[in-house]
Amino acid sequence: MEKITVDAVVENLQEVIDFATEKLEARDCPMKASMQLELVIEEIFVNIASYAYHPEIGVATFCMEFEENPSAVLITFIDGGKPYNPLEKDDPDTTLDIGAREIGGLGIFLVKKNVDEISYEYSDGKNILRMKKFF
Amino acid sequence: MEIKKEQNGTALTIKVIGRLDAGSAPELSKELTTALNNVTDLTFDFSELKYIASAGLRVLLVAQKRMNKQGSMKLINVSESVLEVLDMTGFASLMTIA
Repeated sequence: MEKITVDAVVENLQEVIDFATEKLEARDCPMKASMQLELVIEEIFVNIASYAYHPEIGVATFCMEFEENPSAVLITFIDGGKPYNPLEKDDPDTTLDIGAREIGGLGIFLVKKNVDEISYEYSDGKNILRMKKFF
Repeated sequence: MEIKKEQNGTALTIKVIGRLDAGSAPELSKELTTALNNVTDLTFDFSELKYIASAGLRVLLVAQKRMNKQGSMKLINVSESVLEVLDMTGFASLMTIA
C-alpha cells in the first residue's frame, strides 16, 4: 500500500492528485478512468479540507492499493476530523429544473457515480472512506 | 486556469482555459460577478477546458440562474470529459450546449 499524508487544505490538492496520477500511470490505468479518479480525489479531499476540521487545520491521509485480474484500484481517505458519513447525504435530484436545483451536494454525488464500490466507517476517532474502481 | 473575455455590445464570450476546479472556481466566480453586468448573451467557450469538478459546476449553475433573468447563456466546444460530468449531474439538460 502506498500513502501520503498532508495538511487538509485546498492548496495541497494538487500534491495528492500528482501522487495518485503517477501511480495510476505506472499501472497503465486508462486516461478516462484516471480522470474520473482525479475528480473523485478532488471532491473528497476538498470536502475534508473544507469541513472536517473547520475552523482548525488537520491532516488527511490518502492510500492506494492495486489489484490485478481484474485491474482495480482501492483508494482510502482517512481524516481525524468531525465524524461525517458522506454516504448518508441524499443524492441531488438531477431531473429538477434550473430554478429548483441547489448549489450543493454535487461533489459526493460525482464521487458515487465514478467509483464501483464505496464504504464509510468511523473507527478509532477517524473517518475512513474506502472506494474501489475497476479499470 | 486562464480566462479570456471577448465583449461585443451586450454579448460576452468567456473562454475558460485549463481546469475549473476547487482551486480556480472562486476566481471565475469573482470575475462573473461584475463581467455579467448588462450582458444579455453569454457564451462559455470550453474548447480548452480539460477538466471540471463540482466547484466549477456550481459557478455555471449560478451563472445560468443569473442569465435566465437577464438574457441567455450557452456552452460551446465542450470536450467529451467535461460533457460527461455535465451529463452525470443533469446539467446537460439544464443548459444549452451548442
